[in-house]
Amino acid sequence: MQIKKIAELLNAEILCGADRVDSVANSAFACDMMSDVLAFVRDQGVLLTGLCNPQVVRTAVMMDMKCIVFVRGKRPTEEVVRLADESGIVVMATEERMYASCGVLYANGLPGGEIANG
Amino acid sequence: MDKVNFHFEIDGENFTSAGEASVRIKKMLREMGFTPEIIRRVSVAMYEGEINMVIHANGGEADVNVFCDRIEIILADRGPGIPNIDLAMQEGYSTAPDNIRSLGFGAGMGLPNMKRYTDDMKIESEVGKGTTIVMTVNV
Repeated sequence: MQIKKIAELLNAEILCGADRVDSVANSAFACDMMSDVLAFVRDQGVLLTGLCNPQVVRTAVMMDMKCIVFVRGKRPTEEVVRLADESGIVVMATEERMYASCGVLYANGLPGGEIANG
Repeated sequence: MDKVNFHFEIDGENFTSAGEASVRIKKMLREMGFTPEIIRRVSVAMYEGEINMVIHANGGEADVNVFCDRIEIILADRGPGIPNIDLAMQEGYSTAPDNIRSLGFGAGMGLPNMKRYTDDMKIESEVGKGTTIVMTVNV
């Protein structure tokens, strides 16, 4: 699924990386615990989270993710957005809650994919 | 090439900057031409270690030694030490305070993740003195 399609489905505002929204992600992972992201993500390109600190970006960088979706109306600081932009990650924010966001993306064909260490 | 060393001081006062060294290592390993899989394993293991040093030990020092056949990560702190290493290695066991959990860590996955992503991990710890962890990823 193209990242711009994710933004459209979630009615999300793109906060950085608008020039990279044509790139494609094949699966997604949703979590507020970054240690679980580090443990279970294999090649999921999208991270949905309600956590809003620089460690979210560093975790996404570690796992080579392409896009972070902040849910529940959470707005990252400019510093967090800058960090993501420098790392080539698209950041968007949606008012939708985590459950609804995942449901919409899944129903439109973005799967969870395989998990690591499963 | 005998080895290439990268040394970092890990600031224990600032959770916001935790992980900066790991991000830098990731970039350096990429520039050195390692495969994405090797880079991910080294950087994730180091990142978890860095976070642990900030949460539990008020920072410390990190060294990454790149040899032709392996990458070695050495994390040394002068924190409180780990009283029971077997217990600390269990998934889900954590002594992190609630405020750390609210930041996305402290799920009891740090040490197990470090072991999982590396080929070898040795922990030396003395209560009241500190902890040194040596991890190796074969390349």
